Amino acid sequence: MHELSIAYSLVEMAGESAREAGAVRVRAVHLRLGALSGVVRGALEFGYEIATADTLLAESRLHVKELPVRVYCGVCRKEVELKSVQRFRCPECDTPSGDIRQGRELEIESIEIEMPE
Amino acid sequence: MKARVLEIRKGVLNKNDEIARGLRERLHAAGVLTINLVSSPGTGKTALLQRTLRELREQGSSVAALVGDLATDNDARRLAEAGVPVKQINTDGRCHLEAQMVSDHLSDWDLDRLDYLFIENVGNLVCPSSYDLGEDLRVVLLSVTEGEDKPLKYPNIFNSADVAVLTKMDLAEACEFDIEAARANIAAVRPGMRIVSTSAKSGVGVQEWLSCLAEEKQSRLVGV
Repeated sequence: MHELSIAYSLVEMAGESAREAGAVRVRAVHLRLGALSGVVRGALEFGYEIATADTLLAESRLHVKELPVRVYCGVCRKEVELKSVQRFRCPECDTPSGDIRQGRELEIESIEIEMPE
Repeated sequence: MKARVLEIRKGVLNKNDEIARGLRERLHAAGVLTINLVSSPGTGKTALLQRTLRELREQGSSVAALVGDLATDNDARRLAEAGVPVKQINTDGRCHLEAQMVSDHLSDWDLDRLDYLFIENVGNLVCPSSYDLGEDLRVVLLSVTEGEDKPLKYPNIFNSADVAVLTKMDLAEACEFDIEAARANIAAVRPGMRIVSTSAKSGVGVQEWLSCLAEEKQSRLVGV
């Protein structure tokens, strides 16, 4: 389980950005999480509580936006969404495709911060 | 309290990725092909690596290896028998290697004299998939004793790899290993990925594996 170390990296990055902006507290973190990121949501949420303790992010909320895998299908000439990460084939024409356009994200989209009065 | 939203749009593993990028540039500039070996514990990373290091050395190539383990230096000692530089990276219980650990352990090696650098990751099919180590090739190993459906159970790591190596082919018959099913499962999660069947013990497929490395070195480092 590497979600705890990922949670620490997340808290460090969000904390740095918040401090640079002069924030006194972080209320929430919005995270984009791709189906191929290798990170399990539940484990990350568990790690988040531990990693945020005694930081600017203490008691903040973690909002996770899960992103399915999207690949480019050369036959249909468009991006399509995979129904399963166990089947890298176009759901419409069944052509194999490994041209991933979405799904590896493990990215902080934004944070909600509190500024001093 | 005044509240506001701050846009970040940065990868959580940005720091690791930046270190990995720097490493890759350094290794490329020195003409080194770097290979990150990932698999479950017991798939035979060390056995394949032992044989690979020995054969490459006999061919006149200059090779070195970094070996990640949660504890012990048994693998590093096994590999050192091949007579090449080997360093153990002890992760102190961490389940994967990170780019910084690789960078720290390269500091006293003369990269300009190296042709191939192998990194044996911690035996784990989950966590190493998220961490770029600055490698050119991520090679995922699957032994015939593990069953054909491993790629479907761990699609992330197979999807993140560049080459799949089947190991312990000398046991295939005894295990009733269905190689076509294994190939189909690998192709399902990573269409088009090159698959090499090997046995470090009997030597089957080892030449093909060495050719694969030579071809990758040629295509990835040409003109560097």
